Amino acid sequence: MSAAGAESEPAAGAELSAAAAPLLTVRIDRKVYRRARTEPVEAVRDLAFSLRPAEITCLIGPSGAGKTTTLRILLGLDPDFEGAVTPDPNAVGIAMVFQDPRLLPWRTIEQNVRLGLPRARRGRDLDGVFESLGLTPWRGRFPGALSLGMQRRVALARALALEPRVLVLDEPFVSLDDNAAAGLRALVVETVAQRGTSILMVTHNVGEALEIADRLLLVSARPAHLLAAVPLDRPRGQRDRSFLEATRADLAGRFPGVIAQ
Amino acid sequence: MALVARLVSLAVLLALWQGVSVYADVRTLPAPSAVFAFILREAQSGNLLFNVGVTLARVGVSFVIAMSLGVLLGIALGRSKLADRLLDTPLLMVLNTPALVVTVLAYVWLGLTETAAIVAVAINKLPNVAVIMREGARGLDPGLEEMARTYRLDRRTWIAHVLLPQLQPFMVAAARSGISLAWKIVLVVELLGRPNGVGFAINYYFTLFDVTAVIGYSVVFMSVMLAIDALILQPLDAHVRRWR
Repeated sequence: MSAAGAESEPAAGAELSAAAAPLLTVRIDRKVYRRARTEPVEAVRDLAFSLRPAEITCLIGPSGAGKTTTLRILLGLDPDFEGAVTPDPNAVGIAMVFQDPRLLPWRTIEQNVRLGLPRARRGRDLDGVFESLGLTPWRGRFPGALSLGMQRRVALARALALEPRVLVLDEPFVSLDDNAAAGLRALVVETVAQRGTSILMVTHNVGEALEIADRLLLVSARPAHLLAAVPLDRPRGQRDRSFLEATRADLAGRFPGVIAQ
Repeated sequence: MALVARLVSLAVLLALWQGVSVYADVRTLPAPSAVFAFILREAQSGNLLFNVGVTLARVGVSFVIAMSLGVLLGIALGRSKLADRLLDTPLLMVLNTPALVVTVLAYVWLGLTETAAIVAVAINKLPNVAVIMREGARGLDPGLEEMARTYRLDRRTWIAHVLLPQLQPFMVAAARSGISLAWKIVLVVELLGRPNGVGFAINYYFTLFDVTAVIGYSVVFMSVMLAIDALILQPLDAHVRRWR
């Protein structure tokens, strides 16, 4: 029932994940932004969830609902909130892919990926990571020479090179053409299958979430709180069009504020 | 093409100078040929090389001091609101103090010494560097800062790969504007209290009303500084922008 157990049987990862012990538990009772001379803004209220190995969790909610705030807290970047993240996010091994690639434009692709690693591991062999993301021919180039889709791949490579146990993706496929988005999505799904990584993905794209998620977390408008956690039990490979449409219609009926018809 | 344009503009300037000097008093505006003859004579006597060398050394030392302190100060001002509030007024005061006042005070307080000369130049230039670097340090990309914290980059990595590359264009700008400022001030400093250097030579020939020599020295020194800009600073600028 441990995380290690799930990792040793990646093929059965999806089935096991529901029972596996959580890698990370986030509980935010309240998060209020206070700035001088402005009204305090309550961004999050009572939002709690756990992330388990080999599971894709999609966080869905209206724009400006405090999803980024939640991610910042989860990453340990913002200690100023009421609640707890256990265990300490610094100890878990979390990697993050931001909405914009956030690469260092003055460093090559290879350097960008290596610099994300702790100093001791910077010399490690990354051929596999570059190869699996189709970045091998670009290793010596600067990010400016790459398209947005390729830059996103580099950002993903930087996160995967860390071999994280939790991978956080903030709308990683926005403004990519369908092919590029599908390619990156497949890579993410493969990572879960192969390494038992736990993935938390923030997205606005309900169709995309229904295709790849094991679980949807639906979040209300600000202050964000959890409306529902919706498990999607059908294996990813068997989600046909009728399943996607029926699930979407069902969710849209139950949560009209979050999911559009 | 760019080089041709530069040479053409230089040739036009020389022709203009030659043309005007024909009509002007020989003593107030000597012809280019007379100036070049003086430069040759002065070079042969060794005085030219000595004075230019001494001045260059002063520019070099004070430039390095002003750049290193100015960069550190500018980063501190740009990154810390408290430092900025505390030091903004003194910085503005120094920035608006005439170079002459700083120089005179340096000589009064430190004596007519080499140290005083270098301190005077460095203090004149430092606030400019600090102000340029402050702008650079204020404009750091918040997205990259967040990335650096998320990936827990250690301090050395952050400085070398995130902070400095963002500041490099500002450093080069500060260096380029700073070096021309430094050499202009160094001449004043030499004129007021040094027994050698280009500033001293110009003052000496001024007392003799030898305009040929005054122009000769300034042409030589200007050429040296232009060469430094073209051969060192511009390539450096291109190097730090190579990834664009």
